[in-house]
Amino acid sequence: MAELLQFVFSGLTVGAIYALVALGFTLIYNASDIINFAQGEFVMLGGMTTVFMALAGVPLPLAALIAIIVTTGVGLALHRFAIEPARGASPVALIMITIGASVFLRGVAQVVFDKRFHSLPPLFGADSIQFGGAAILPQSLVVLAGATVIVILLWLFVERTLLGKAVIATAANRLAARLIGVDTRRIVDFSFAVSAAIGAIAGILITPITLTSYDVGTLLALKGFAAAMLGGIGSPLGAVVGGLLIGMIEALSAGYLSSSYKDAVAFLIILVVLVAMPQGLFGRVKVERV
Amino acid sequence: MRTLQRVTVTAAIGLAVLLSAGHQASAQTKIGAVLSVTGPASFLGDPEKKTLEIYVDEINAKGGVNGQKLQLIVYDDAGNANNARTFATRLVEEDKIDAMVGGSTTGSTLAMIPVFEDAKIPFISLAGAIQIIEPVHKWVFKTPHTDKMACEKIFADLKHRNLTTIAMISGTDAFGKSMRDQCVAVAPQAGIKIATEESYGPRDSDMTPQLTKIHNTAGVQAVVNPGFGQGPAIVTRNYRQLGIKLPFYQSHGVASKQFIELAGPAAEGVRLPAAALLIADKLPNKDPQKPVVVNYTRTYQQKSGQAVSTFGGHAYDGLMILVQAMQRAKSADKSKVRDEIEKTKGYIGTGGIVNMSPTDHMGLDLSAFHMLEIKGGDWTLVPGT
Amino acid sequence: MSLRALLEIRLLPAILVAAIVIILPLFFPSAYYYRIGALVFIFALAVVGLNLLMGFAGQVSLGHAGFLGIGAYSVAIGPVHFGAPSWLCLFVGAILSGAVAFAVGRPILKLKGHYLAVATLGFGLLVAIVLTNEAGWTGGPDGMNVPALTLFGWRVHGSDAWYWIAGATFVGGFLLALNLMESPTGRALQAIHDSEIAARVLGIDVARKKLTIFIISAMYASVAGSFLALFNGLITPDVAGFLGSIELVAMVVLGGMGSIFGSLVGAAVLVVLPQVLTIFHEYEQALLGLIVMVFMIFLRQGIVPSVTVALAGWRK
Repeated sequence: MAELLQFVFSGLTVGAIYALVALGFTLIYNASDIINFAQGEFVMLGGMTTVFMALAGVPLPLAALIAIIVTTGVGLALHRFAIEPARGASPVALIMITIGASVFLRGVAQVVFDKRFHSLPPLFGADSIQFGGAAILPQSLVVLAGATVIVILLWLFVERTLLGKAVIATAANRLAARLIGVDTRRIVDFSFAVSAAIGAIAGILITPITLTSYDVGTLLALKGFAAAMLGGIGSPLGAVVGGLLIGMIEALSAGYLSSSYKDAVAFLIILVVLVAMPQGLFGRVKVERV
Repeated sequence: MRTLQRVTVTAAIGLAVLLSAGHQASAQTKIGAVLSVTGPASFLGDPEKKTLEIYVDEINAKGGVNGQKLQLIVYDDAGNANNARTFATRLVEEDKIDAMVGGSTTGSTLAMIPVFEDAKIPFISLAGAIQIIEPVHKWVFKTPHTDKMACEKIFADLKHRNLTTIAMISGTDAFGKSMRDQCVAVAPQAGIKIATEESYGPRDSDMTPQLTKIHNTAGVQAVVNPGFGQGPAIVTRNYRQLGIKLPFYQSHGVASKQFIELAGPAAEGVRLPAAALLIADKLPNKDPQKPVVVNYTRTYQQKSGQAVSTFGGHAYDGLMILVQAMQRAKSADKSKVRDEIEKTKGYIGTGGIVNMSPTDHMGLDLSAFHMLEIKGGDWTLVPGT
Repeated sequence: MSLRALLEIRLLPAILVAAIVIILPLFFPSAYYYRIGALVFIFALAVVGLNLLMGFAGQVSLGHAGFLGIGAYSVAIGPVHFGAPSWLCLFVGAILSGAVAFAVGRPILKLKGHYLAVATLGFGLLVAIVLTNEAGWTGGPDGMNVPALTLFGWRVHGSDAWYWIAGATFVGGFLLALNLMESPTGRALQAIHDSEIAARVLGIDVARKKLTIFIISAMYASVAGSFLALFNGLITPDVAGFLGSIELVAMVVLGGMGSIFGSLVGAAVLVVLPQVLTIFHEYEQALLGLIVMVFMIFLRQGIVPSVTVALAGWRK
């Protein structure tokens, strides 16, 4: 029993990390139908900037704040200088731009930072919490809490604020939104900025567990993207559920099946779920008008 | 007229290929290096590149080798064996190098060996696996210890502590897998029984399921973790998180003091085989390696601002062995240099004391490894090893 | 025959490509260039296949390197573990890739857009994981040796030999693709790309056509992978990895989706560019990313279509 509990804790830890990353994909997708493959680099920038600011002597909370601001700026710049000029290009071309951006950001990071691994001190200490014979790190709970808070905030934003409605309007029909007075460019600006901020916060929260380096973004973006799709792209709740699910499957496969195939099992299950539910778990069914 | 456009475009690309060729005619001795500076093996390639650059500059400042300056040509294969081979071809055909020090990973080294064997250029590899020098290739040498030696060192220490049944948790990367394979092969004759095995991806963030299974396996007396990069640090932290008290052994893939920083308090009591480089200032004064490793540590830390890594140390050894061979051969003639490399005797490097021979293109024995234990956040030498 | 009629012969693009293959070596100062050329044609072959899938049929695949891996390991495992001749293993590999594409394609081609992308991504990753883990067969992460190809008793060796083989095969693949696009299947695919529902209304068996092109593109990638393995004499699992798939997609998109000639251009750019950028040392990665972004922003339909449109406009 303690063994199963430990696997569950591991699944929650890893799953919460994927969930936080996956959340970053949803807002940009909702506002502009773009899958932003540079999302992983936002996570990396959050963690690495904080680490290097702290190494330079800046107190940790301020370093984290600076990191979030810097990353938000990068997100805005990505939209203004890379995505906006290519407005009207095919979805694949836009994805390729975000992939180019991800390579670019990684290339810049390796020059500005370095290629080593770094860590941040956990928020509530490095000693694990013992529960039912299993141990969980307090930081894992912090990550889970962070994901929950962000989901709630996103939901409140979309449901309760005018700006949130404007985002939905832009996603539904850009032209129509502009016709009713929505500044669609600002909306997409905003979505990139917020997604970058979410990514940066994710980076800061997960670094005490995962460590960070200039290329953590690639694998995280992959898993985050898969989690977002599994949950149904565009649904913040789906992103979190997708992330937790993948984390759980990986941990349980490592525990009960084979540790070398745990990733394979997770992806196999994603494939099976998608074939059975082509919109993902919580995705909106797309009605195609003819 | 679409076809005309197509021709123009292709011609433009063809021109670009031509223009990219940098033909350099000069009276410099050219040393090529294909390293995994970025990508999954950048943990190895980055310190290697820094080391080579620092020391080529130092050697040139002192007048070069045989009166000629050295020119270092570094290409980044990003951990991809196909790229490594392309760059090896480029070094041979375009840059016309005299010798090669490089190949951060076994995969890239093996991909490049045919190129250098065909071109008859001496190649000192910086990768770990034993297949690089067994069977012996005429033109291929290597400086890092083999994983087999690391396993033997660990197993000897285990026997010394009367621990005979172990569990292994290895990274699925090439380094972890290769060392795991060697350990499995060597275990029976070392009298060690491997009760259970687990693995983890090199970029995973949580290994508690695997460690839990190990902890729950009856009879396990110690755990060994072959791997490199950040994985070992996370495994070590998880080890402490789960409260496992069994003796824990890391591998030489840990390579640098940064591991202790990253693993934090969990690193206490961890043992690992390592070259003298990691304990430079703690070596007894009469140890012949001490001046070399202290010097390298000081220079590397000063010039790069980072803690030393044994991978950088291997690059240092590779370069020095090559340079000394060139000095003994009094020329950069590839054949003469190769012969002199093979005759390297008593070279004192960061990895150990090297004695090569026609049947041994690495030249290190088990005494090149020391068993270290982490105490009080620092390395200490386990006495008698 | 008038000049116009001559230019409209379907074969002309293929003849042009063949001419390029033959003339280019006249500019090659060393074996290094032959190697680059061979690599360009090898990847271009895989890209043609992927372009058929992405550009014509409009189905995105983020896991295509998986088929490259299957082809590559077929010519490694076959000779080493079964003693079979390499050329036979090449064919077996292509058929195996086709079979896998059939098995995998039937369920996942029902998915649309980003969901299909994720499914293909998962497939590619699964192949890479199996290749890495089953070390007994595949040699694990360090890869395995690939015995050289012997054709009619002659051991194929050297960058120049592989340049001609890859070039000739690419011309063949190019011709085949052109023919396919002009055939009823090709037109059906373009109809599907424009509107699946309209195509279905017209009586086109959409699922079957998509599956057919998926299988064909898989086989193209498989042959390319086999060539890569035989050329290098060594194969490692990262050839089937995520980054490999992304590189293939980038080659398709950069060259021009739906332009078969663009496949050659895209492959050439992404094989040659990293070689050119080495002079920038540590800024290489950043520059590569920047160049890809700039290309996609300004030549957003890909190089060949954009250049064609631009030049056509200029001529007016």
